[in-house]
Amino acid sequence: MVDSVIAAASVIAASIAVGFAGLGPGIGQGNAAGSAVEGISRQPEAEGKIRGTLLLSLAFMESLTIYGLVVALSVLFANPFVG
Amino acid sequence: MLTFLLSKIEVGSHLYVNFPNGLHLHGETVIVSTFVVTLLVSFLVFGTQNLQKIPQGPQNFIEVVYELVKSIAYTQMGPSYYAQFLPFVATIFLFVFGSNVAGALIPWKLLELQSGEFAAPTNDINTTACLAILTSLAYFSAGLKIKGIGYFKRYIKPAPFFLPINIVEDFTKPLSLNFRLFGNVVADELTITVICSLVPLIIPLPIMMLGLFASSLQALIFATLAAAYIGEVIE
Repeated sequence: MVDSVIAAASVIAASIAVGFAGLGPGIGQGNAAGSAVEGISRQPEAEGKIRGTLLLSLAFMESLTIYGLVVALSVLFANPFVG
Repeated sequence: MLTFLLSKIEVGSHLYVNFPNGLHLHGETVIVSTFVVTLLVSFLVFGTQNLQKIPQGPQNFIEVVYELVKSIAYTQMGPSYYAQFLPFVATIFLFVFGSNVAGALIPWKLLELQSGEFAAPTNDINTTACLAILTSLAYFSAGLKIKGIGYFKRYIKPAPFFLPINIVEDFTKPLSLNFRLFGNVVADELTITVICSLVPLIIPLPIMMLGLFASSLQALIFATLAAAYIGEVIE
């Protein structure tokens, strides 16, 4: 009984963790990509440099989502509260 | 039917090799990382034999790799210090890149194991934790070596009440490095596995391409951050 409650809570917690971890970085990545497109259209010759910086910063923002994913994975597959 | 081609979703199961005194190691991680290191070392040694003014064959590629790692170290540490930390940054970059790409490119899933499965060594949190701890040891010793005891002045900058924040930062830096690399590699493999179990043909290919791209980007980011942490303490 207790174990099934923990399992249900873990599934809900994992989905909430991934869902909310996607929110903020999504907004941030949208802003960054929008500004990069603006910069490229204003100055097309700087495209290569802007693309490199954009990819690097996108990966940094992505890592925040990944933290949420790591928490979700550890809740699902390596839950310390089960058995 | 095709089910033998599908791999199971296995997170956290390993091929344990037990030792009599209670220690154990993760067999598949050690095997794949040994493979990667052997490949990298033999490639670098083979490529740097008889260097010439006008590069030919493998020397061209080695020079491209050198230029890349040099630019990472140079932009973060500046002209006077980058040379002595270049080997560390290059080692980190090449190992992470090699293991990520080995995990993404080589069809390890064809080899059956009793438990766990062959994958990128960075798929195991112990590997990434080790790399992250090495990075934090590296910047600590770099600061002590170059600044001497004055290194500890960094902790009370910009004001003395920043001391706890600066100390906590010493722990969060390796933690975030660790989780970033581990999470990205696991997320790639998990996405591919889930999509493969839904549609095994054609559809996973673009995702695999994305995973290949993301894993090389992660190697670049890990090396850049390691160089930036070292550059931050010696500036």
